[in-house]
Amino acid sequence: MVRTPAAASVPDGTTVPAGATASNDPSEGELRDVSVVPADALGGAAPAAGGQRVAGPAELGPRARLWPSLVAVYRAQLSRARVARIPLLFVATFQSVGIMILMRGVVDGGGEARAVVAGSAVLVVAFVALNLLAQYFGQLRASGGLDHYATLPVPPAAVVLGAAGAYASFTVPGTVVTAVFGCLLFGLPVTHLWVLVAVIPLAGAALAGLGAALGLLAPRPEFATLLGQLGMSAALLLGVLPPERMPQVVRLARDLLPSTYGVEAFARTFGERPDWGLVLGDLAVCAAVGVISLAVATWAYRRAAVR
Amino acid sequence: MCAVRALTKTYPAQRGRRGVPASPEVRATDDVTLDIRRGEIFGLLGPNGAGKSTLVRQLTGLMRPDSGSVEILGHDIVRHPERAARILAYLGQESSALDELTVSLAAETTGRLRGLDVRRARAERDAVLDELGLTGLAARPIKKLSGGQRRLACFAAALVGERPLLVLDEPTTGMDPVARRAVWSAVDRRRAEHGATVLLVTHNVIEAETVLDRVAVLDRGRVIACDTPSGLKEKVAGEVRVDLVWRESAPLNVPEVAALRDRVVESGRRWTLRLAPEEARAVVATVTGGAAFAALDDFTLATPSLEDVYLALGGAARQGLVRA
Ligand SMILES: Nc1ncnc2c1ncn2[C@@H]1O[C@H](COP(=O)(O)OP(=O)(O)OP(=O)(O)O)[C@@H](O)[C@H]1O
Ligand SMILES: [Mg+2]
Repeated sequence: MVRTPAAASVPDGTTVPAGATASNDPSEGELRDVSVVPADALGGAAPAAGGQRVAGPAELGPRARLWPSLVAVYRAQLSRARVARIPLLFVATFQSVGIMILMRGVVDGGGEARAVVAGSAVLVVAFVALNLLAQYFGQLRASGGLDHYATLPVPPAAVVLGAAGAYASFTVPGTVVTAVFGCLLFGLPVTHLWVLVAVIPLAGAALAGLGAALGLLAPRPEFATLLGQLGMSAALLLGVLPPERMPQVVRLARDLLPSTYGVEAFARTFGERPDWGLVLGDLAVCAAVGVISLAVATWAYRRAAVR
Repeated sequence: MCAVRALTKTYPAQRGRRGVPASPEVRATDDVTLDIRRGEIFGLLGPNGAGKSTLVRQLTGLMRPDSGSVEILGHDIVRHPERAARILAYLGQESSALDELTVSLAAETTGRLRGLDVRRARAERDAVLDELGLTGLAARPIKKLSGGQRRLACFAAALVGERPLLVLDEPTTGMDPVARRAVWSAVDRRRAEHGATVLLVTHNVIEAETVLDRVAVLDRGRVIACDTPSGLKEKVAGEVRVDLVWRESAPLNVPEVAALRDRVVESGRRWTLRLAPEEARAVVATVTGGAAFAALDDFTLATPSLEDVYLALGGAARQGLVRA
């Protein structure tokens, strides 16, 4: 940009000092059409200096109620997941299908086959609800995204439950595909697959609550990702491999993992005559863990939102 | 409307980890006292790191001050941070929460979370998107928009569900003149129709001079001045600013130019001088005639801006403010 200085600036800038800026900024004119309403002309409080208004605190705007805001968050999160996470759902499904194909050579039907199919199906839930949700909340927190929700009058539970619910629903197609494929592969009955209607939301609540809590509590987003991955690996190793072959310590760890109870409940329904009492018991454990972990996640959200 | 008293916030020192050097503690808000009046557009002007965002985060209940008080419309925000969300709308500097939503869903969801029912939220969404000229982009995910469009979409979300106070942290970053005009007329309409108050963070002096009723100049956490833009400029009314841009380097062999050397603020090829009017006239005569002229690429002469005020008040960042 080589211009002769005279041509460049002198025409607008010769009057000193009254001449306005010689660098004629285009944005200046554009901004000027904002009307200047004198602040005091607008009704209401007088300037603090001379104000003797004795009115009490102003009325607050409405609070968003739990259920409608939960639905709004759920819808928004589900649409996010649809846009951005479909490839990951494929990954999760292929992973589970792949594991079942591998395990076909190892297990010899019966109880072990049931455990493998149930474990692989629940693994899809663990991948999305635990791993991806932990990552999501970890990143949201680190990038300041929680500020958006924290400056809206929305109950913390609505944000956590809405997101957890959306991630859990997002697992449905992958879990169903895995379960059906597993039944065909190992020759298991599909009669009681309807139990997934209870297994997915309850295991989903437990794992999503855990994922959300990990993501919100981890001091750094890398930790959140790491914890999510570890949780999923645990669900894989402890959920898919038949428990009969595990050493005692590992079995104990397995009992501590909430996904185990979803796996057990689902596995029992492949039997000739399932013991529905035990199924219900396992599902109740999932539900209890879900309630506790979602409560912890809600508390963690509250803590993370105001620093 | 909003009274801030002796607000102080210090970020603790960070211990160094491997690959991450330790950082000392930072007093990001240092004994700040402010009054924002109802219906005004009040600005916080300061260079990067001056503490503008830290200050507004304490006003919006997002961060707890170490000491001091914040009262908005009679509510104590330090004691009841959750009330802030029911009084004000906040547009933060980051917007990762909305990134993966479409423009339309971001606006609608934000409205619903401000307590609107579905019908109201949708109606307001449509009105705001139309007002800001975003209707054509409504179905696009915010992540896939350009920087300025993204900012405008987040601004739209902030407007759904009316609030008496709008807190906007650098709302026009990356926007072209058309988008900026849309922002300012939307702000102006809310002020004219509902008496809304606006707290605006900026480091752009032109923006500050043209849209703000009053401005607080922030430097290293302290308010170094607070007045109307024209009131502030009177402090430096006797001065004129001369900017000289050299083609390659300053012709120091010209004695008149060499004599100016110790009075300039240099940034690359640009020299900035603040002079009395007669002196300025002499400098212009020198550089536009004679030997210095050949080395000159461009020059401007201007009445003082808020940037000059900032520097005259002892502002630390030499090039921290933007004129654009
Ligand atoms: N989370 C944090 N931890 C430690 N120091 C911080 C943190 N956030 C900001 N700071 C420091 O506090 C000071 C003020 O930062 P702040 O973000 O408020 O500046 P700003 O005026 O908003 O700047 P910008 O114009 O870049 O947005 C800076 O020195 C910054 O380095
Ligand atoms: Mg900032």
